[in-house]
Amino acid sequence: MSKRIGMEIALAAAEAVALCKPDVVAAYPITPNTHVPEHLSDIVAEGRLDAEFICVESEHSALSACCGASGAGARSFTATSSQGLAYMSEIIPIASSMRLPVVMIVGNRALSGPINIWNDQSDIMYQRDSGWISMFAANGQETIDMAIQAFKIAEHRDVMLPVNVNLDGFQLTHVVEPMEMPDQKEVDSFLPPFKPIATLHPDKIVSMGTLGLPEIFNETAKSKDEILKDSRRVILEVWKEWEEKFGRKYEPIEACEARGSDVLLMTLGSMGETAEVAVEEARKDGISVGLLKLKLWRPFPFEELRKAVKGCKVLAVLDRAVSYGGPGGPVFSEVRSAFYDMQERPVVINEIIGLGGRDVPVSDFRKIIEKSVQAIKTKPEEEYEIFGVRGS
Amino acid sequence: MSIVENFDLYAPRLIDKEEYFSAGHRACQGCGEALAIRLMCKALGKDTVVVNATGCMEVISTMYPTTAWNLPWIHVAFPNAAAVAAGVEAGLKVMRRKGRIPDRDVKTVAIGGDGGTFDIGFQALSGTMERGHDVLYVCFDNEAYMNTGIQRSGATPFGASTTTAPAGVASSGKGQWKKNITEIMVAHNVPYVATACHSYPIDFMNKVKKARSIKGPSFIHCLSVCPTGWRVPSAHAIKMGRLAVETGIFPLYEVEEGKYRMTYRPERIRPVEDYIKGQGRFRHLSPDELTAIQKRITLEYNKLLDKVDNLHSWGELQD
Ligand SMILES: Cc1ncc(C[n+]2csc(CCOP(=O)(O)OP(=O)(O)O)c2C)c(N)n1
Ligand code: SF4
Ligand SMILES: [Mg+2]
Repeated sequence: MSKRIGMEIALAAAEAVALCKPDVVAAYPITPNTHVPEHLSDIVAEGRLDAEFICVESEHSALSACCGASGAGARSFTATSSQGLAYMSEIIPIASSMRLPVVMIVGNRALSGPINIWNDQSDIMYQRDSGWISMFAANGQETIDMAIQAFKIAEHRDVMLPVNVNLDGFQLTHVVEPMEMPDQKEVDSFLPPFKPIATLHPDKIVSMGTLGLPEIFNETAKSKDEILKDSRRVILEVWKEWEEKFGRKYEPIEACEARGSDVLLMTLGSMGETAEVAVEEARKDGISVGLLKLKLWRPFPFEELRKAVKGCKVLAVLDRAVSYGGPGGPVFSEVRSAFYDMQERPVVINEIIGLGGRDVPVSDFRKIIEKSVQAIKTKPEEEYEIFGVRGS
Repeated sequence: MSIVENFDLYAPRLIDKEEYFSAGHRACQGCGEALAIRLMCKALGKDTVVVNATGCMEVISTMYPTTAWNLPWIHVAFPNAAAVAAGVEAGLKVMRRKGRIPDRDVKTVAIGGDGGTFDIGFQALSGTMERGHDVLYVCFDNEAYMNTGIQRSGATPFGASTTTAPAGVASSGKGQWKKNITEIMVAHNVPYVATACHSYPIDFMNKVKKARSIKGPSFIHCLSVCPTGWRVPSAHAIKMGRLAVETGIFPLYEVEEGKYRMTYRPERIRPVEDYIKGQGRFRHLSPDELTAIQKRITLEYNKLLDKVDNLHSWGELQD
């Protein structure tokens, strides 16, 4: 039976990971994610989890050790943030290319510089094209659920890809929330043991991570792309099973009051919760506005997105990262390309908010809703805006 | 002088016939590193997992879909062989404990070039040694980044010309001395550290066997002649390895729980010139520079002998 708990989300995430019985955990401390590995090492020290906890000397080694362990056939987990994620980045695309189903929790934090420990999503966006499945939790419950789902998705025979589960640093990692924590029996019945296809063992010899010449490189790229796209089917299956077992529904895009609304906001991560409050308020004031919460970032849910915006006039995409010198925010860029071939498509505006921990209160979302309503009549001149820049 | 009569006749019988690193790979002719790996694998035997850093050996042995490896083998990247090995070792250990793999000893062995060990992989190596993983790390030191075209590394000897520290009118090749990686590993207080060279195959293989049998981290520094990068004829690879040892430039020794022991001690130390003159990478050196090198090598050799004579094992120091 699941238990109702009140706990800091990072600790709850560690508890959820422990329920998945990882064999090897390798991690390195960095704010705001540190509590995840700290708490996991507590759980190991208390004897509640039989795992090898490797206190590596860097994040580069954390993911490297996870790759080695996963190659050997061990369920492997790591967690990091920001500079740590960037420090891992050499190994990130190798893990996916080698089909090593490592699970990673990312407590999202701004990339330096200037150095800043607070939240935005620039760290994971920097790793966007690395071939991992990438999902975003909007609250504590989703963090727990996704952490458990991640292992099942990653290790599915048709997937065998690493998964990162993102939760906003501080906004989520350090917040105490009420949550439902599944029990061990429930998780055991949901998550089968890891059955790797090949392992590093002399009883069955394989070479992993060999050299790919130009003659086969296009083919490996195509297979990586297809496998990641196809993982969508498994993700949906796993989410359906989750809903049946635990009663909580997961979709690539969760729509709130979206049907028939003139204006839609689109969020990623914890800002969806605040945006929801603003949307509810605005609707009470008679504004036709709804909300799309994007949960699955890779593979990107193009189909679901196109369906979700049917009939809407303005879509305001809220990004928490900047693609410098490019189209604005990374989510915005994806959304616009999704709409290119549509005959009838909404006006899309892009607000980049909450960088480096800048607070985004409900009133700011109200302003963005206001601006979106204006955009029904006149499309704003600038393609995107970094919201609330002082002195501008 | 031959130590044993008819050594050449029966030496091959001491060596396992099984090939774990098979022929048909793409190493250059006379590659000392490829030979050393072949010997290492024979000494390790079947129950081994090899973790390879990027470098010549990974590139020449595993062009997809072919592989020269008849042992479980993994390559992830250049700087992280030691970290990947830590993960493999931890994974095997926990799965054995949980009964998911057969209950027998499988050794994790990480291998890297000098670049992957002295330089870019140094941090991961230090971490793995410090944490005490049951991993043997073998560095195949050919004294430059050969895979990318003979660039200088922390292992390149003083005065060698490389493509990033070339000799020229205003330069005499590398201007710094070789980093003493073996001593740095000894300073990690690991139970077994040794130097070796493929030109002394039985010595090398004995050291590999010893390291394999030790629980905990161990390190072997294997000088590996690269004819391509050193600018020597392929046929001189074995000879150059022998000269490195006979001139005292690369002494063969081991450090077992703090106790230093020379495993081969030439009766007469030859002048370094004998080693240097046959190699294109040193062609430009002046007599003065040769003298400076001789001085330094003599000093280093004497420092080592001093340790051999005077340092005690941990066991001896305990009481
Ligand atoms: C992070 C990173 N930097 C640089 C390289 C390019 N690179 C590949 S192998 C190599 C040199 C390898 O030298 P060494 O470790 O001495 O092995 P060798 O080829 O000499 O056997 C370099 C610089 C790389 N693959 N990864
Ligand atoms: S370049 Fe040197 S180390 Fe590399 S394969 Fe050729 S001989 Fe061996
Ligand atoms: Mg080298």
